[in-house]
Amino acid sequence: MNNVQKQKRANKSLPFFFKDEFKVSFIIILISTVLLISTFSFDIVPPILNRGIQPATFPKGLLVLIIILTSIVYYLSFKKPWETKKKLPQPFFLTLLSFIFFIFISKTLDFFLAISLLSVFVSYCWGERRVIYLILVSIIFPIIVFIFFETILGLRFPPGIITNIYYQV
Amino acid sequence: MENLSLMFAPLVSSKLMIVLVFGTLFGLILGVLPGLGPTTGGALILPFTMTLDPLSAIVLLTAIYCSATYGGAITAVLINTPGTPAAAATCLDGYPLAQKGEAGRALGMATISSTIGGIFSVVVLVFFAPLLAQLAYEFGQPEYFALAIFGLTMLASIGEGSPIKNLIAGAFGILISTIGKDFMTSIERFTYGINELSEGIGFIPVVVGLFAISEMLTQSTLLDQVFKRVALKAVKLPSLLDYKKTWKTILRSSGIGSFIGVLPAEGGTVASLIGYSEAKRWSKNPEEFGKGSVEGIAGAEAANNAATGGAMVPTLALGIPGSATTAVILTGLIIHGVRPGPDLFREQPEFLYGIFGSMLIANILFFIFGFFGAKIFARITLVPNKLLWPMIFAVSVCGTYSLSQSMLDVWIMLFFGVIGFFMRRYGFSVVPVIIGLILGELVEGTLRQSLVIFEGNWLLFLTRPIVVTFFILSLIALAFPLLRKKRK
Repeated sequence: MNNVQKQKRANKSLPFFFKDEFKVSFIIILISTVLLISTFSFDIVPPILNRGIQPATFPKGLLVLIIILTSIVYYLSFKKPWETKKKLPQPFFLTLLSFIFFIFISKTLDFFLAISLLSVFVSYCWGERRVIYLILVSIIFPIIVFIFFETILGLRFPPGIITNIYYQV
Repeated sequence: MENLSLMFAPLVSSKLMIVLVFGTLFGLILGVLPGLGPTTGGALILPFTMTLDPLSAIVLLTAIYCSATYGGAITAVLINTPGTPAAAATCLDGYPLAQKGEAGRALGMATISSTIGGIFSVVVLVFFAPLLAQLAYEFGQPEYFALAIFGLTMLASIGEGSPIKNLIAGAFGILISTIGKDFMTSIERFTYGINELSEGIGFIPVVVGLFAISEMLTQSTLLDQVFKRVALKAVKLPSLLDYKKTWKTILRSSGIGSFIGVLPAEGGTVASLIGYSEAKRWSKNPEEFGKGSVEGIAGAEAANNAATGGAMVPTLALGIPGSATTAVILTGLIIHGVRPGPDLFREQPEFLYGIFGSMLIANILFFIFGFFGAKIFARITLVPNKLLWPMIFAVSVCGTYSLSQSMLDVWIMLFFGVIGFFMRRYGFSVVPVIIGLILGELVEGTLRQSLVIFEGNWLLFLTRPIVVTFFILSLIALAFPLLRKKRK
């Protein structure tokens, strides 16, 4: 039995809405449809200012194209089912979670602190337990990057509890 | 001839030589580290290029492009993992040969064939880019529109993976380019009241997100992977017998790579796969392929490095990137106020030939560094991912923030990182998104200007011979994967 046949057999046991082919196609079509609907609220320019087509026409065309092509991809998946993917491991979700924390901390506390905490969190979740290396990735390296960007590029980082100390605000 | 002498300008400028040496070394490090590569590296270093003059900035980016493409071979040979996607075919014979205790011979062949492929492609670039630019003088708005469409369809058909998924990704990239104020009427599109989005979405946050952050997420799923590293004593130059065995393969793959590179596609990756399969097809000993054939290594490596110069041809002559990395280089040109296209050849030949010359020198430099320093570069692969990726994250965040000092860019980078991860997981290449994003304004702008010229009559597109030719070529490009499937 070849792989495609095995795949077909495994996929047959799942209801269609659990299959990756359906989930991915559905999400793309759903988002495209929402965006397509939102294009109808774009302002319309009067004919005298109109350059060829209305500003909404081009994105509308693209979204319709994406919907049609996604439908074709879904249709073709009946003949050739997609490979079943391995379940995503815990470190993936923890890394993803760290992005959310990064956004929250950089917005409320400090940009530098957010980078530092994300680095140590990700490094730890990925299996690093040696304290010296955790300090390296979470403190020493971000400081080097921070100072490098600050001095070479003259970058002014957004204010925060640690950044303010550096800028002596 | 006068212009050709301008190629050697980098040799007499100590500043350019320093930039070239740094770019080549940095590119080698990027190439050696799996998951990074010339595209991510180029995007990360782009903010730093703002401190340089335009020529030095582009020289830096092109040096990274050339050497990172070669650097991928070191990892492919020693740990059976391509440092860059373009080195995937090199694993097939490089690693088996290294396992036989001939890692030095495998890397020697990879180094020499990469160098020859790279130099060959620079020659192609020097002769064909001006010719293409001359041809582009005839192009008006409708022709540029048809050319951009042709580029996108080629990307779908020649790129890796499903052509339809590639088309979806390309359309998604163009759609991103429509976010913000419409450049012709100033009407806001997809901004949803967020003022920062009025200026549109920057190229760098999207590239860093799609390549670096999505790769970080991918690496988080591969933590149980164990690499077996083959020991390397020293890189050996190929023997006379190896040269006799491979010179035809190297030349053939150099030609294939340069040709594939010119077409807007995933440049080096596709070129190396075709170069490898053609090497096998023409070989007297095809049974040796997959077991450590030097012809296999030569075929893949000459082709992927030859694609570098090839991909620069449409980038410089037409402003249409031939690969994801050249899209980054094109962005570098634009942010430094250089507009690629026919006028650039007429107005700034010293700039262009400086780039050509620096690419030639970069190929020689990575030969020297690769030959004498491969052992040191191989040690970089020992840096564990659990330390490397948090550091890359810090650089990605600061680099993205630095461009317009906007936190929104950082959120956009993270958003596209997650999108890129899921795109790759479900077989959608991220390269068409990048090309679509950079071609988006050109596609829409030329379409609308053409319709103004044609007074809204779409059929008038078909009265222009060059447009019709590009449309026919686009149809062939779309039909090509179907024909290939039927033949199989």
